[in-house]
Amino acid sequence: MIALLQRDLLLAVRAGGGFGLGVAFFLIVVVLVPLGIGPDMVILSKVSVGVLWVGALLACVLSLDRIFSLDYDDGTLELLLTSPIPLEAVVTIKAFSHWITTGLPLVVVSPILGLLLGLQVSDLKWVVISLLIGTPALSAIGAFGASLTVGIRRGGLLLSLLVLPLYVPTLIFGANVASKGLEDVSNNGALLILTAVTLAAFSILPFASAFVLRINLR
Amino acid sequence: MSLWEYANPVKFLKLSDKVLPFFVGFSIIGLSIGLFWGFFFTPDDYRQGSTVKIIYLHVPSALMAINAWFMMLVASLIWLVRRHHVSALAAKAAAPVGVTMTMVALVTGALWGQPMWGTWWAWDPRLTSFLVLFLFYLGYMALWSAIDNPDTAADLTSMLCIVGSVFAILSRYAVNFWNQGLHQGASLSLDKEKNVADVFYQPLLFSIFGFVFLFLTLVLIGTRTEIRLRRTEALRLRKDSE
Repeated sequence: MIALLQRDLLLAVRAGGGFGLGVAFFLIVVVLVPLGIGPDMVILSKVSVGVLWVGALLACVLSLDRIFSLDYDDGTLELLLTSPIPLEAVVTIKAFSHWITTGLPLVVVSPILGLLLGLQVSDLKWVVISLLIGTPALSAIGAFGASLTVGIRRGGLLLSLLVLPLYVPTLIFGANVASKGLEDVSNNGALLILTAVTLAAFSILPFASAFVLRINLR
Repeated sequence: MSLWEYANPVKFLKLSDKVLPFFVGFSIIGLSIGLFWGFFFTPDDYRQGSTVKIIYLHVPSALMAINAWFMMLVASLIWLVRRHHVSALAAKAAAPVGVTMTMVALVTGALWGQPMWGTWWAWDPRLTSFLVLFLFYLGYMALWSAIDNPDTAADLTSMLCIVGSVFAILSRYAVNFWNQGLHQGASLSLDKEKNVADVFYQPLLFSIFGFVFLFLTLVLIGTRTEIRLRRTEALRLRKDSE
């Protein structure tokens, strides 16, 4: 399993594209928003949490089809199906490596982009924490969507239509953690639920994803 | 004699042939009594005026929008467990009806909200979760139409329906958490006392009765169409291979 993780990470880094593109997209979204709504820092800092979360969400969706499609096209996925590792574990590893290559860089750059959107340095903590806890759920849910559309040619648009509604709870709780944190209101409840969503997504959804993948590989 | 007998497409078609006229009749009776009574023979509300009459379309369609998804969930589970094709096709047929009901509920809600709340739309929990439900329907239908192999499509959409249901319920609670609402509480509930005055309540019941049978009629017709489509497809394939 560790070998598989290493292989996925190496492929993502060396093949290029996957690693930097998500972050670049995230940056572009954050640059475009002030251009759209004006340079007023007060307004920007009010919408900053939402913009950062929605930007992270979209950046995540864009890279989802890379989770399985390359391995599906060259037959690696069928080999993995026959390997001694259960397919559920393969899916979990793939979702995890997607998070490391997409989610984690987003979390790392989010404080810098937060500054661009007029957040105070002391406020950045909550943005980072909420994204750090929330983005793994995005990868796990996304892996489910990616396994649904793996057999479909040009399924990218369909993938986002399927996955984005599933992201609603994570987005709401994640943004809630950050915005309540900014206002110095207790955000314990939202924080716990966000953690629960991530843990549940990672522990339960791989079974659904593996079920769907087996059908697609039939 | 078990219920599962009707999972056989031939028996299903025979049975639906017999019950369909009754369902059509029930829905016409329910809708005409409910709507005519509601629109013309109930008094105006003392505060809302005649806009209160939107209730006869709004509440039943919202009710059926949720029930349609629930029916799809049950049908999907039956397909995954027992592999009855009729069940998968019924789920497929229910989706367009469900999405229409969701649309009707949203549009009538907007028309009602404008005079009453002063706004067409508000990011209220109930409204938002209905919009999310609408998106779930769209994704479900898009997945059906994207896959050529009917069995694969049925399997994948069933799984999407199950996972989607969990997330739909989660979204419902999440939006409650996110914003306090403008919309009133449930109009109909079994355990609490009535929230709607009697004059409006009785025609509403007829209207709901009509909507239930309208839904059943449309789903039955849709399922029959799907079964026949599947047959013609099979015939065509057999002809091609000869």
